[in-house]
Amino acid sequence: MPDLLEVNRLSVRFDTPEGRILAVRDVSFSLAEGEVLAIVGESGCGKSVLCKAIARLLPKSAHVEAESILLDGVNLAGRSEREMCRLRGKLFSMVFQDPLTALDPTLPIGRQIAEAVTVHNRRLPRRAVERRVLELMDLVGMEQPQEKARMYPHQFSGGMRQRSAMAIALAASPRLLFADEPTTALDVTIQAQILDLLRDVQRKLHTSTVLVSHDLGVVARVADRVAVMYAGRIVETGTAEEVFYDPRHPYTWGLMRALPALAIEEGRPLSPIPGMPPTLLAPPRGDPFACRNEYALAIDYEQEPPLMRVSDTHWAATWLLDPRAPRISPPLGGIPHA
Amino acid sequence: MPDALVEFQHLSHAFRPGRHIVIKALRDVSFSIQKGEIFGLVGESGCGKSTLARCLMNIYQPSSGRILYKGVDLCDGKARRQHRRMLQRERQLIFQDSASSLNPRMRVERIVTEPLVIQRIAPPRGSLRAEAEHQLRSVGLDASCLNKTPVELSGSQRQRVSIARALILEPELIVADEPIASLDVSIQAQIVTLFKHLQLAHGFTFLFIAHDLSMVRYLCDRTGVMRGGRLVELAPTRELFSNPLHPYTQALLSAIPFPDPLRERARPAFSAPPPEPAREGALVEVTPDHFVLQSPSCT
Ligand SMILES: Nc1ncnc2c1ncn2[C@@H]1O[C@H](COP(=O)(O)OP(=O)(O)OP(=O)(O)O)[C@@H](O)[C@H]1O
Ligand SMILES: Nc1ncnc2c1ncn2[C@@H]1O[C@H](COP(=O)(O)OP(=O)(O)OP(=O)(O)O)[C@@H](O)[C@H]1O
Ligand SMILES: [Mg+2]
Ligand SMILES: [Mg+2]
Repeated sequence: MPDLLEVNRLSVRFDTPEGRILAVRDVSFSLAEGEVLAIVGESGCGKSVLCKAIARLLPKSAHVEAESILLDGVNLAGRSEREMCRLRGKLFSMVFQDPLTALDPTLPIGRQIAEAVTVHNRRLPRRAVERRVLELMDLVGMEQPQEKARMYPHQFSGGMRQRSAMAIALAASPRLLFADEPTTALDVTIQAQILDLLRDVQRKLHTSTVLVSHDLGVVARVADRVAVMYAGRIVETGTAEEVFYDPRHPYTWGLMRALPALAIEEGRPLSPIPGMPPTLLAPPRGDPFACRNEYALAIDYEQEPPLMRVSDTHWAATWLLDPRAPRISPPLGGIPHA
Repeated sequence: MPDALVEFQHLSHAFRPGRHIVIKALRDVSFSIQKGEIFGLVGESGCGKSTLARCLMNIYQPSSGRILYKGVDLCDGKARRQHRRMLQRERQLIFQDSASSLNPRMRVERIVTEPLVIQRIAPPRGSLRAEAEHQLRSVGLDASCLNKTPVELSGSQRQRVSIARALILEPELIVADEPIASLDVSIQAQIVTLFKHLQLAHGFTFLFIAHDLSMVRYLCDRTGVMRGGRLVELAPTRELFSNPLHPYTQALLSAIPFPDPLRERARPAFSAPPPEPAREGALVEVTPDHFVLQSPSCT
């Protein structure tokens, strides 16, 4: 499969009165057609900013730098706002964490979906628009669409709002979908249905998806590849199997140990990762994870580790992979094979 | 009978968003929350969990039924006014979109300590700033947040600010409506550990509404399952997870994603649970403390 998205050396910083925040640091990745890449990582590590930087949805205070952002052969870096508007929806679209902010409280849901349908196809007759709206509502599993179409966002439950946002995002059949925590507001049965739907859409339309989630269960269900972010950087990336069964970065180990599903299975208390997420304001010298990392080496406090190769598809930024590093026994070999 | 802090008695609530539309968000729900327990409430999106939480917080006036808090009838305006101060201080709500309702122009320090100011309570740690710092630390934020406004924070940082705000009055009852859904696993673990500590060391009572069933299983003492406005099953958490009896509970538990890609991929597409029969039913105690909704004809 050819790459649909190729991001090269993307960085984002915010200049605030308190100082400079490095929200995304030198991130590169690619995404094949029809592939699902999951981005996981702690709050505030830059997952949403990364997606928004590609989709050009950041406020003016953000400084985005990138060698290139190729989407379907088009370099998005350096495009004007007007051109981006044209691409949004058709080439890519997004579903975000908080559906309330994405929906217009003053318009009925049906109208909002209809707008998303017509914005890229102004000449569509009214009948066809209506049909398409009902089709989309049906696609995302909204029952009694005729009635629901007349209701307003505040009258919906959290799950219904997220489905509405999904319907809007899918209206123009985008090639690339950014899904930022799309199912955190949903019950697991609907979550399962939406994740199946995501996979379905992806198979039928070959949509590629960048999925942001901190639910590693969700990630396991849909992701082909996983990127783990810490303090604005990708610190581990690999196929889902590699990251789940053979994680190499101490931070990834920490994430797995904080999972309730595994804690229950192993009959132990949850173990949060000690310490606080780093402030991105004045990142410390060396590896920003070092002070929370029980496996930190002296060099971690001096120099940030580069991404090192585990396999052609599996990379991790930890000095533990350096041939000179002492051998340690990891706290887990990932999740044991079923 | 142990001490009930909250009792829901035949609670029903209907919304009428349009002239001919009636949404029965709660239908004859009865159960109680014991003092000092963490009660988990799970169920379908739109089944009425938030509506129940809002009735308990007096944001909605239920169409019928009663809610007793320490014996005070919350649906009775007069009783409520009589105990206004106690109720305001002892009940706190953390909800799904708390983060989006923070005043965008206020600094975090003000936001977190505002309840103390409103209630005219002297800050136990000397100054409002020290108080704010303490609460922020307990939810995993450091002092550098104090001078920020909500827009300058990430989604989860905002949510944690609203949790800190709810904890600052040291309330007796915390109604937590998906308080941690937007947080990452490590901070979830941290906050859930904090909740457990507040329960064990300080006797806080929680109504914990969540979609993450693994977390409910880990945290809650008893769990209720709702669907279509009704409570369909109620049992001690361990019993519920090992022996789910209602078909919806069974579907719910079978849909929990497990962090194991091969196991997840091998799973067939999820098939939605069958709709609930329209008939009214009643909760039946099947084994001690384990209640299941049964339609009259089934028994
Ligand atoms: N407009 C902004 N101005 C200044 N700083 C910002 C702005 N938007 C985001 N940030 C900062 O950038 C960092 C990354 O934020 P981002 O929203 O990407 O986090 P995230 O990984 O999506 O976290 P979460 O899981 O909580 O959503 C955070 O530290 C945040 O405070
Ligand atoms: N203000 C309102 N006006 C009209 N209908 C409403 C209102 N608030 C909620 N509803 C409806 O009442 C039902 C119950 O909603 P509620 O928000 O309590 O569900 P929930 O269980 O919290 O769902 P979720 O898990 O998705 O948050 C839903 O069908 C919803 O559409
Ligand atoms: Mg985010
Ligand atoms: Mg709700």
